[in-house]
This record gives sequence, C-alpha cells and structure tokens, in this order.
Amino acid sequence: MIALTMSDTGTVNGAARTQDKTRTVKRRDPMVWVIKPAVWVLCLAPLAWLGWLVAETIFFGGRGLTANPIEFINRYLGDWALRFLLIALAVTPVRILTGWKQVVRLRRLLGLFAFFYVALHVANYVGLDQFFDWGAIWNDIIKRWYITVGMVALLCLIPLAVTSTKGWIKRIGGKNWNRLHKAVYIAGAAACLHFFMMRKGLQYEPLVYGAIFAGLMLVRAVEPLKRLRVAS
Amino acid sequence: MLIKHRKASDVLGSEITPKSVFDDRRRFLKTAALAGAGLAASALPSLPAYAARTKLEGVEKTKWSVENLPENDTPNSYEDATSYNNFYEFGTAKGDPKDNAQDFKTSPWEIAVEGACAKPGKISFEDLIKPTTLEERVYRFRCVEAWSMVIPWVGVPLGEVLKRFEPTSDARYVYFETLLDPEQMPGQRAPVLNWPYKEGLRMDEAMHPLSILAVGMYGEVIPNQNGAPVRLMVPWKYGFKSIKSIVKIKFQKSMPPTSWNEAAAREYGFYSNVNPKVSHPRWSQASERRIGEIFKRKTLMFNGYEEEVASLYEGMDLRKWY
Repeated sequence: MIALTMSDTGTVNGAARTQDKTRTVKRRDPMVWVIKPAVWVLCLAPLAWLGWLVAETIFFGGRGLTANPIEFINRYLGDWALRFLLIALAVTPVRILTGWKQVVRLRRLLGLFAFFYVALHVANYVGLDQFFDWGAIWNDIIKRWYITVGMVALLCLIPLAVTSTKGWIKRIGGKNWNRLHKAVYIAGAAACLHFFMMRKGLQYEPLVYGAIFAGLMLVRAVEPLKRLRVAS
Repeated sequence: MLIKHRKASDVLGSEITPKSVFDDRRRFLKTAALAGAGLAASALPSLPAYAARTKLEGVEKTKWSVENLPENDTPNSYEDATSYNNFYEFGTAKGDPKDNAQDFKTSPWEIAVEGACAKPGKISFEDLIKPTTLEERVYRFRCVEAWSMVIPWVGVPLGEVLKRFEPTSDARYVYFETLLDPEQMPGQRAPVLNWPYKEGLRMDEAMHPLSILAVGMYGEVIPNQNGAPVRLMVPWKYGFKSIKSIVKIKFQKSMPPTSWNEAAAREYGFYSNVNPKVSHPRWSQASERRIGEIFKRKTLMFNGYEEEVASLYEGMDLRKWY
C-alpha cells in the first residue's frame, strides 16, 4: 500500500513510464516479495520433512516412517492434503473476519498446494500401496465407501486445479468460473467425510476437522446475511 | 489295516531337527546362557517380576517353534512388533501404545474367573500361568487392516488353563475382558469404543491347541504395549480377537458381546476368522502387506491354519458367520 501511494505521487505519462511504475509497485509489494515466498516455504515444509524421513530411513536406518512406511506416507500425505484444503477454504473467512483484503491473493496458491498434496496422496495409494493394480483400485473405489468418497473429492478438485489460471477465467468467464469453483465446498465436505469414515471406532480427530470445515462454511453463510441487514 | 491320517499340525519326519543341529543349538544356548548369567547375576524364576526385556526361562520348543516355520515366513523384528501396535486403550495411532504404556502397572495382577465352571474365583496372574509349561509359538498375525507380521510368542495353551476351572456343560462360550482403568489407559478417556474391551470365543475354539494365552515375545516378558501381562493369541482370527491385558474370564451359555461388534456389527463379526474370500467393508481381505515387505501377498484361508481349524466350522456359512 505504501509503495502504491509513493509511486502515485509522481506524474505518469506514456507506456514506458506505466510499465516502470507496475514494476516498482510489484517490487515493493510485500505480498509478492515477503508473504508469497514465505507461504511457498511453509507449504513445502511438510513435504521436505517427509523427504527427510524417507532419506533417514534409507540411509541411516531411521524409524520415522514406522514399521509400515507405505501406510505412514499415505496417512501423512492425506493429513496434509486435508489441512491445506481447509487452509485454502479459510482464505475467504479470514478476509471476512479481519478485513484483510490482500489475503485473497493467496487463495490460488493455497488451493493449488492443497491439490498438490491430494495428488501425492492419491499417487502414493495408486503407486506404492496398490502398485498400479487397477483391478484392485477399481474394486476399492466401488466397494469401500471411504475410498468412493475420497474419489469424489479428487474428481471435484481436478477441474478446479486445471482452470486455476487467468487464461481459463477469461475463457469461461468470471461468473461461470466462480460457479465452477464452488465445487471446492463439495470436495471439502467429502474430504472430511473420507477421513471420518477411514478411522475405526468413534475418534475425535476427524470430528475436529469436520468442525473446522463447518465453521469456515458458517462464516461464509453469515456474511451475506450481515450485508442484507446493513442494506435495509 | 491301520491307516494313519496326517494332520497339518503333525510333525513330519523331515521337519524334525537333526540331532547334530539340535546339539549345536544346545551348546550355543549354554554359552549364551553363561554369558547372560554374567550380566544378570541373580537367578531368575520362571515368571520374574515384571520388567520389559526380562528373559523368560524354561520355554519349551514346540512344533510351532521358529525352526518349523514355512519357508516364506520369517519372524518380524522385535522393533517392528513392539512399535507398531493397535491397542486403543493407549491411543489410536500405531506408535501410541509404545509411547503411553511404559508406566502401565502389570504387577500385582488379578484375573476374575466367573460363570459356568466348578471353580470360579479370583486368581493372580502368576497362579494362572505357573502350573503350565511355557511354550514357544511362532504365529502369523493378521490384522483386519490388511497388514501382517510373524511373531514368536511365549505362552501356554489356553485350553489347559481353562480346564483347571472345570467348566460345566453350560459353558458354550468363553468371554474375556481387558482392564478398565482410564487413569493408566489414556485411550479409555475417549469413547472410541464401549470400554472395557470385550472379546469372546466359542468353547471349542478356546480349547483348540493353537489358542494360547501369551505372556512373552521373543523369549522375553511381553512388553506392555503388546498386552502385558497376559493376552489371548488366536492365530487364525483377525488380530482384534486376541484381547490384551486380560482381567476377566467368564464361561457362559450365550454368545458374548464383543467390543468391535458393538461398534460396527456389519464390519466385525463374532467369529472374524481370517478369510480372503469375505471382504471387509473397509478393506479387501484378499491380500495383505507383511510388515517389512513392499509388495502385498495373498491372504491364506484361516491365516494359513486351515488344516488345523477348518473342521471347527464345518457346515457353517462363513459369509454369514463372518
């Protein structure tokens, strides 16, 4: 904001000067130079930790991956996929609750990271856990309800990841794009349900994730009501 | 003419350890024992005071000893078997039992014997186990979650122990219960299951020679996270049937309730025999991952103990009685 005000004080004439100005703005924009790189590092940290555990197990005989490494990796990636999905879903509520509008600029990045961990989670299941046994995978999808529900979440997220670019927003139009990207709510609900169904017995952890998801949805639902009241 | 039918559990001539190997082993054990004696100066009774990693003495070899394992089965490491556990009383993550059970008090330990028997009453853990010789039993362990291990247990035949209480003709089932103590068992503070943990067997299953009460692993006292001081081990059933840290044994006429069946009847039946043909709603049971291996292997009917136990279920529809 400061950067913007400062460059605004100068008179701007001609295309070259305008470009110069945008560059200055970008360079001084903390979102570009501080926050986004920090978010990148934080989002890659869980993967880096997993990489370290794998390396430690292979080279130093570490036991960080437990006695059942494939299951551990599957659950670890699944946990982080769900966490990032909820973090991405928290962007709008954060804007509503804090009024910090800039946070919306992180939404695509966080959403794509959520998809990244979802993709790794599924890749681990297909490649390491089932070793590309497509028959067994198909059987899982149609017979094991928690996997069916997980697949629903994945299928909702794929088109969102594909259409995440500016080009796609233009191609299908802002309104349609917004409508399409509402599918993330279905994915969020399905992911929470997938986790709940996967656990045996009555366990708190999936309920906590479910409650966070419900809370995030509630903030969204309350916002238009508030606006209505202000208007009347 | 005398026709001898061979059961799978009968020892084949080819399975008998040659005397030279046996003697070598004896020599080795003697040397090892001498070396060990230097470390542990005190003489150990057959059931020593409870401490993890205490060696058990007087453990007899059986036809289920490690030497007689099929070629493609090798015991898992002690580390694997004691760090990757489902023991929800100590937490739902696989590493929780090891982390949370270290201070669990297993001595003194009393077991209540109740129901349809001539000699009910309370009995100490030592009195329950001591009259019976400890045996080495190396069994495949198949979890309902589609992973498996091979574990060298030390225990006593369950049937021999149960007989001493003189069950009556009304004793058609035997019911077991785990300790209920949320102070010591943090997992019991959450309603994951309807505590205490309950399990049961049909009487003929309980009397089967393969069923044991395990008090040790790897020749040592059983670690807390594996169900100390005494747990059931029924190798042809999914792992959750083999109830841990037992405080109650009850003989009864009716089929007893079991914890997992109460939690989700459609998923966990009373019998829960390992059966690759009957899949669980969460896991296909056709294959399993042996801990320590990358590729899955095919799951065997009754976990590979088909010849020994199939007769128990003759005429039963195992799809219905899952």
